[in-house]
Amino acid sequence: MSALPKPIDHARAGLETSPGANSRLRKLGHAAREEWKGAPYTVRISVACLLVFYLFAAASPTIAPYDPTQQYRNLPDCPPMRLHLAPPSEWTHGLLYAYPMTMADAMARRFAEDRGHRIWIRFFHRGHLFTTDSPTEPYFMLGSENLGRDLFSRIVYGARVSMCIGLVGVFISFSLGITIGAFSGLMGGMTDNLIMRWCEIEMSLPSFYFLLALAAVIPSGMSTVATFFMIVAIMAFISWAGFARVIRGMAASVRSAPFVDAGRALGASRTRLLVVHVIPTVLGFAAVNASLSIPGYILGESSLSLLGLGIQEPAASWGNLLSQAMDPQNIEHYPWVLIPGIFISIAVMAFNFLGDYMRDRLDPGSLR
Amino acid sequence: MARFLIKRILIMIPLMLGITFISFIAMSLVPGNFVSNLALDPHISPQVIKQMEAEFGLDQPLMVRYLRWLWQVMHLNFGISIAYRVNVTNLIAERAVNTVLLSLASMVFSWALAIPIGIIVAVRQNSLIDRGLSFFSFLGMSVPAFFLAFLAMDFALWSGVFPVGGTFSPDYAALDAWSKVADRVNHLILPTLVLGVAGVASLMRLMRSQILEIKNSEFVRTARAKGLPERTVLYKHVLRNALNPFVTMAGYGLADLLGGAALVETVMNLQGLGLLLLGAVRSLDVPLVMGSVLMGTILLLVGNLLADIALVAVDPRVDFSTLASQ
Repeated sequence: MSALPKPIDHARAGLETSPGANSRLRKLGHAAREEWKGAPYTVRISVACLLVFYLFAAASPTIAPYDPTQQYRNLPDCPPMRLHLAPPSEWTHGLLYAYPMTMADAMARRFAEDRGHRIWIRFFHRGHLFTTDSPTEPYFMLGSENLGRDLFSRIVYGARVSMCIGLVGVFISFSLGITIGAFSGLMGGMTDNLIMRWCEIEMSLPSFYFLLALAAVIPSGMSTVATFFMIVAIMAFISWAGFARVIRGMAASVRSAPFVDAGRALGASRTRLLVVHVIPTVLGFAAVNASLSIPGYILGESSLSLLGLGIQEPAASWGNLLSQAMDPQNIEHYPWVLIPGIFISIAVMAFNFLGDYMRDRLDPGSLR
Repeated sequence: MARFLIKRILIMIPLMLGITFISFIAMSLVPGNFVSNLALDPHISPQVIKQMEAEFGLDQPLMVRYLRWLWQVMHLNFGISIAYRVNVTNLIAERAVNTVLLSLASMVFSWALAIPIGIIVAVRQNSLIDRGLSFFSFLGMSVPAFFLAFLAMDFALWSGVFPVGGTFSPDYAALDAWSKVADRVNHLILPTLVLGVAGVASLMRLMRSQILEIKNSEFVRTARAKGLPERTVLYKHVLRNALNPFVTMAGYGLADLLGGAALVETVMNLQGLGLLLLGAVRSLDVPLVMGSVLMGTILLLVGNLLADIALVAVDPRVDFSTLASQ
């Protein structure tokens, strides 16, 4: 973002803390509120979107109105249903309703609203955030896919894969990168040299080609969880090297900084220097880098699943939901198959905005 | 220069060995092989299967297969694709042309657009135009290339101006030379735009931040103090220095470009290296996978090398001895 963010008023934040058991927590909450107020709208919207998506992942059975594998065989490729607001006189009956769809042309899969009959939307009903009276008469908020499964429910469940892959992947490549990077910087000499040469090799891989070749290892019969971890492992294996290199460079440069020298002069042990002085300095950068590298994982998983090499049906991920759009005919006749792609784009954009803002906050000197 | 080149080429050797070996292991970890898929067909007798396995050496242990393959590659023989029954070299050469064309075209497109936009945006920092374009650059960076490719396909279907995917028209063989070129170009336009959008966005941001950083440096102040007109300061002093990382980016951006191209090729059914590799991975056509991975690596390494050489040519502060010692 172009505008420099306002620095937080730490003095004021400090003044309002009162001594007590939860004062640290309150201080943290206060700092978070101040941070929120200082953030531009793009960042606030990004954070809100990410929270919603993670809520999708955490509470999918409640948020999804239907079972993601439930097939409504008479409603394949059904368009999103229009919501109607009931007139106030009928509010005792329900607030929102939709008309059920019936197939008008089975060959072209064209649907028509059946105006004679209403499907009422019920909130907090049968353990779902919103759903319909009977599970046999569905309301498709975002339409259905070619097997008649509710697209919105599948997107909600797909968030589990798509939103978690970034976190797990970053966690793995992060821990590998920090450990190996710090180790390499600490050892120096031949070990350092060898590790860094290896990192360079990994960094000059044609990563997507390599990803494709490695993804062939994943057997199609494997469970979704196993496949998920295989994909994460492959991507983390490709991406930890860049991390390690930068961490090593930072650790090496911080090691000779005056404040570390001061610590050393005061007799701090090597471990203490590393844990108290070096790692916290690197951590801010690492957090920014993590947030900016999550989109890579999301996109990597979606690309693989899109090509049929990642998460397999009937499990849902945003990538394999989008694979229906591989056929241009589908996009033309059932444009709602593109909706999962919009979710992917929003998630990626939100992480980009967040990471960029974090970089500005932590390093106001750079205008990037 | 010679020392630098020799060193770089020597580094490439273990790199390629490592990459091909890992890919080879990965392919062999998959249960079954190309021939065992054929064995499911009751019309093919077990004898034929055995014969094919022997022909392609699939009955040998892993290390033997890898070393055999390596030996052949050293003689510039990449083997025969099991699926296509064609020499892998010919197959890859034919497809790589499309991928290289697509990557280069989208690179030219994104540079031609990103540099001027970056300059405009940096000169008018914090203006409405800056904020607007910065937002769009975020949008361009965030929308995945495959999603854009879907939209482009939809656009092609809807407008009818561009062909809906593919490499050339069905009547390609019957066309005369110029129409053939025009047909190819026509099929490349949409993929180029799709692949280039993300490039425009990120390069524009890089250009902007570069100019803003250099604008505040001492030599620019000196140039202004000398009374040089603002135009000269911008184009002769700021811009020349701001372009440096672009030269490096040109080489190292190739990896992203190749990866992005692979996806766009697949979605838009453009017969390139990525689509070829995907098919080969799916059918466990080991010689073809190995050839494609090796080809992608070579493209990437040569691109990086060229970028470093170009950097020496552009930046007088960098010479081969500093590059070689890195």
